[in-house]
Amino acid sequence: MSTTTVEPTTVTLTLREALKQSLRDALIRDERVFLMGEDIGAYGGCFAVTMGLLDEFGPERIRDTPLSEVAIIGTAIGAAMNGMRPIAEIMTCNFSLLALDQIVNNAATLLHMSGGQFNVPVVIRTTAGAGKQLAAQHSHSFEPIFAHIPGIRVLSVATHEDARGVLCQALEDPDPVVLFEYPRIMTMEAEVPVEPAPVDLGSAAIRRAGSDVTLVTYGAIQHTVLEAAATLAKDGIDAEVIDLRSLRPLDDATVLASVARTHRAVVVEEPWRTLGVGAEVAARITEEAFYDLDAPVGRIASAEVPMPYAKHLEEAALPQVPAIVAAVHRVMHRG
Amino acid sequence: MTERPSHATELAPPPDVSREHGVHLLREMLRIRRFEERCVELYSAAKIRGFLHLYIGEEAIATGVMATLEEDDAVVSTYREHGHAIAKGIGMGPIMAEMFGKVDGVARGRGGSMHLFDAATRFYGGNAIVAGGIPLAVGVALADRMQGRDRVTVCFFGEGAVDEGAFHESINLASLWDVPVLFACENNRYSMGMALERAEAQTDLALKAASYAVPAWHVDGMDVLAVEEGTRRAITAIRGGGGPVFIEYETYRFRAHSMYDPDLYRDPAEVEAWKQRDPIPALIGTLKQLGHLDDVGVAALEAEVEAEIDEAVAFAEDAPLEPVEDLHRFVTSEVAP
Ligand SMILES: Cc1ncc(C[n+]2csc(CCOP(=O)(O)OP(=O)(O)O)c2C)c(N)n1
Ligand SMILES: [Mg+2]
Repeated sequence: MSTTTVEPTTVTLTLREALKQSLRDALIRDERVFLMGEDIGAYGGCFAVTMGLLDEFGPERIRDTPLSEVAIIGTAIGAAMNGMRPIAEIMTCNFSLLALDQIVNNAATLLHMSGGQFNVPVVIRTTAGAGKQLAAQHSHSFEPIFAHIPGIRVLSVATHEDARGVLCQALEDPDPVVLFEYPRIMTMEAEVPVEPAPVDLGSAAIRRAGSDVTLVTYGAIQHTVLEAAATLAKDGIDAEVIDLRSLRPLDDATVLASVARTHRAVVVEEPWRTLGVGAEVAARITEEAFYDLDAPVGRIASAEVPMPYAKHLEEAALPQVPAIVAAVHRVMHRG
Repeated sequence: MTERPSHATELAPPPDVSREHGVHLLREMLRIRRFEERCVELYSAAKIRGFLHLYIGEEAIATGVMATLEEDDAVVSTYREHGHAIAKGIGMGPIMAEMFGKVDGVARGRGGSMHLFDAATRFYGGNAIVAGGIPLAVGVALADRMQGRDRVTVCFFGEGAVDEGAFHESINLASLWDVPVLFACENNRYSMGMALERAEAQTDLALKAASYAVPAWHVDGMDVLAVEEGTRRAITAIRGGGGPVFIEYETYRFRAHSMYDPDLYRDPAEVEAWKQRDPIPALIGTLKQLGHLDDVGVAALEAEVEAEIDEAVAFAEDAPLEPVEDLHRFVTSEVAP
């Protein structure tokens, strides 16, 4: 009697593990890659994404830094300008404001300001989002602040396959990439191919195909949007859900093509509504697809308050399924 | 000029300098001085616009420091960087063209006076955010070390940058990681109108650096030979793998902060007293004393420098403007990823 062993073709991973695999791949593939950030080494990363990497790759490539956000980003920029491929981590985007000067005034400007002489292939990983009762200073969603800045690419990573492939793509970019990850969903599991398929985070992804309305979103909140879409399906509304993934540059084409089919759109994002990515998307739809629309573009975002600690208030501040469903009903003229 | 206690070693200038080297140092200082004097004229003639920060009075530092560097050592600088750029070996023509906003400028006219860049000479730019270049320099130096290249990065900044958190974060990191960087602090005693004594509770800046376990000392920034000597010692230590060094060059700017500054905050007598220590006449005096140079020799040098500047201005005048259609170029890289 003979047995045949079949190599499994898929594996179940948490989002955290998918991100770590992506970092490992990058470190193995390219010896110019190194990691630097607060508590990424001995501690294992504040969200455990880099756990074990110090043992595997050593302190020369997994560099614990002091609490010095300016120096972390500035040093990574300098190293990137001089032949290395640093991946710098800012624990959460709440603290990225301390390094914003380096990102805006150096990383984003140097190529243009030097007349094309110095490109800055730095990757900056950070996290965003609320939902863990961490109160205002640990719950910010600053994707729009970064998406405002020409000269950097801004990606948001909220699915396993994207997480698995993101660093491969980010490191191929000759220019600065700011990467948003989402602590709220780090433990989310999914089955993914053992051999990661190449992903293109530069384009938006259609997470759910539908014909009645286009829901444009990004980041962790897309999982809430997908829940809302399931609810809407029960009401007979077939929603298409688009994950923008790249917030700068924006993949207008995917959004506009969808709106041309559905004639209705609602934008859902976790940051504040005023001057957000959603505002930009709504404006572009209005500019480019006005005559395709059967209703004004709807917008759902977090309440314009510093994120409160209390659970009920935090839930009230964040976009939830009922609010998304109601917004869709409004654009379907069923509200 | 100022008497103050310090833990740091004061270095006596070396007793001698060869004719060839002495004349080289003088030529470099004259090139910077005369270049900037011409910039003032061109600013008045509205050929140069924007901010223009002059280095006049501080030339001994750029000149003395560069004399200790190898060609492939790197420099990170500030908006007051004409002297550093010239001394590092960037041609005057492309520098002047940059100030004219021309496409043949070192940054295609996108940077102007404050943002001279040159990859070929490893000049990583004039940075106009006070202290903004300091972590950058640490990164440049770290990359050299990680890639096994025996190079030093010199980071120039004013004493005002020591007020900023970026300085403290960066020097600490450089010290922890033994990064081959020279922190070259040009202490001209003022950050715009703010006197050092009014900005810093501890005015001995080398002492602050020493608190990060970085070897640090003072150097007379008005004496090019002292600058060279004090810097060489640092560069030798850094190249030998000793980690970063901090030098506080004591200097003074003879002109206002920028062309916009009416300079109301300094006592004219103080300015006058520092002008008595002008590094250029001082070196001429030394070279004459040593019998290396006479008035004819000085005049010949001046003529040579003037001709070079004339040529640079002509180059800048003749250079074209970048076509407006190219405005969006280099926001992101054009090389295929
Ligand atoms: C972060 C920041 N704050 C303020 C300024 C405005 N500013 C430009 S130059 C300057 C003075 C800096 O003095 P110092 O570092 O001593 O250099 P110096 O001009 O004397 O060479 C100031 C305050 C700036 N450019 N960047
Ligand atoms: Mg100063």
